[in-house]
Amino acid sequence: MGAVGEAIRRRRSDLRSGLTGRALDVGLYVLILAFLFLLGTRVIEHGPDYLLQIFFFALANGAIYALIALGYTMVYGIIELINFAHGDVFAFGAFASASLIPLFGLSEGQVWGPFTILQLLAVFVVTMLLCAVLNVSIERIAYRPLRHAPRLAPLITAIGMSFFLEGAMFLWKGPSSVHYPDVLPDLSFTILGARVGVKEITVWITTIVLVVGLALFIDRSRLGKAMRATAQDRDAAQLMGIDIDRTIAATFFIGAVLAGAGGIMYGLSYNTAVFDLGFSAGLVAFTAAVFGGIGNIYGAAIGGLVLGLIRTFWDGYFDSAWSDVVIFAILIMVLVFRPTGILGMRVPEK
Amino acid sequence: MQTASGPASDAAILRLDHVTKRFGGLVAVNDVTFDVRKGEVFALIGPNGAGKTTLFNGVTGLIPPTSGSVVFEGREIAGTKPFKVAELGIARTFQNIRLFEYMSAVENILVGEHCRMHAKLWDSLFKLPRERREEKEVTDHAMELLRFVGIERWAHSYARNLPYGGQRRLEIARALATRPRLLLLDEPAAGFTPQEKVELMRLVGKILDSGVTVFLIEHDMKVVMGISKRIVVLDHGEMIAHGTPEEVRRNPRVIEAYLGKQH
Repeated sequence: MGAVGEAIRRRRSDLRSGLTGRALDVGLYVLILAFLFLLGTRVIEHGPDYLLQIFFFALANGAIYALIALGYTMVYGIIELINFAHGDVFAFGAFASASLIPLFGLSEGQVWGPFTILQLLAVFVVTMLLCAVLNVSIERIAYRPLRHAPRLAPLITAIGMSFFLEGAMFLWKGPSSVHYPDVLPDLSFTILGARVGVKEITVWITTIVLVVGLALFIDRSRLGKAMRATAQDRDAAQLMGIDIDRTIAATFFIGAVLAGAGGIMYGLSYNTAVFDLGFSAGLVAFTAAVFGGIGNIYGAAIGGLVLGLIRTFWDGYFDSAWSDVVIFAILIMVLVFRPTGILGMRVPEK
Repeated sequence: MQTASGPASDAAILRLDHVTKRFGGLVAVNDVTFDVRKGEVFALIGPNGAGKTTLFNGVTGLIPPTSGSVVFEGREIAGTKPFKVAELGIARTFQNIRLFEYMSAVENILVGEHCRMHAKLWDSLFKLPRERREEKEVTDHAMELLRFVGIERWAHSYARNLPYGGQRRLEIARALATRPRLLLLDEPAAGFTPQEKVELMRLVGKILDSGVTVFLIEHDMKVVMGISKRIVVLDHGEMIAHGTPEEVRRNPRVIEAYLGKQH
């Protein structure tokens, strides 16, 4: 932090205590209240069934954002780098699994049984591993050689990696959206008048399993402890016998496993993928990570859910052409009013 | 490399041979040669900027020396990665305390035990018996270490919330958790009251009794003269004196380095 951070803090407190600051604050509250009022009228207009329906979709979207956001936040927590290529690893997960699904004998409109579930599970495992290998390679090639370089250098290579991956996926599948096989059974249940499909349930359950697994892993395992130690003080961690190169690689591995799972579930839910999918989804997930407090794992999970809610409610009740504007307006507001996110960063800045 | 002469306790545990460290044009450590013998308290002193911490960084592998050799228990370790050096049996503390601030005191020590643990991933996720047994063993040992340095009452507080002296002691306990045979202490008495310094000297004695050789950097002459068997003095990266506290105290070059020429 240091002097610059101090100056920003002082400037902000000056601003907020001043007359213009008060006006800004009041303006912000008026804006939020006006928005909530508008949302309220639309909600009443569309009825409770629609509200619940949007809510279920929002939870599924939020879960996917959360899975991507976790990778951003874990990598930031350990090496203080925004891995801009992370969103593209997510997109790669969608693309790779689209090719793997027929390869593993799954097709659209088939009959589902225990064996098909195993087949889908195999698609998940292989895709997640492919994403992990990709992300670990990215770290090895583009970030590790620059570990002692100024912080701007790996940021530039991260952007480069992102463009490289998007270019590679462009060459692979072309410029337009490609169809993602719609393999999940078209079953649904009605809960209080809203439809819940197998797609949403798959996303919820997978995300819960992965996030709980991650939390247990970070909290209990040796590697998880090593990751927390490395995030807090890299030199001290090394002197405690922790191989930081391996620990950092493991962080990229785990982040990519989660993003890969997110990529598959995105494909399964929306049945479409495009080469620059990682850019748009990545930006939302990145916003989610900042919203929750970058570096904070629980923050990223909550941030993902909140952004899923905001985006889906906006798309459901307002014009979806504006949803990116809303997302970035939120990013800017978080950075201005609560730069450490809603939960704040557990890991102190060095 | 090892000298066969003398009793076992005189054998070198750490030997530095013509060690030099350059940062660009600056020579931080220049051609330093000495050895630390097993079972002694060895001190490295010198004015600020003499290159003492640089030497520690060279030994632990954080910033490898430019040239020269560092031999630990007969094995060349110059350029070895820090985590390997820790596994080989060297631990250290830092001049400016560097704990894992957002972990409890006990957890800090458990990280130190890290390189000694064997439970597999699945064991720890599902708390299998093997893991539980090992975890209990390791946690018991961690509590023992906290008692050893006298801070067991803060076992479950965040490291950052411990009082200053407690943090320094916790850092020593964390270093001991890797079960080293050589412990490097970088200014362990900095900021201590006279009472705390006496306690620290007693603690160093206990560490020595447990079979760990201690190599320390210290500014406080009372502490250095009181506990070390042999001393090396560094000034501007050069070794200017070497010997027992008595010899070093009388050495005119040491007096000059500390007090200036006119004395």
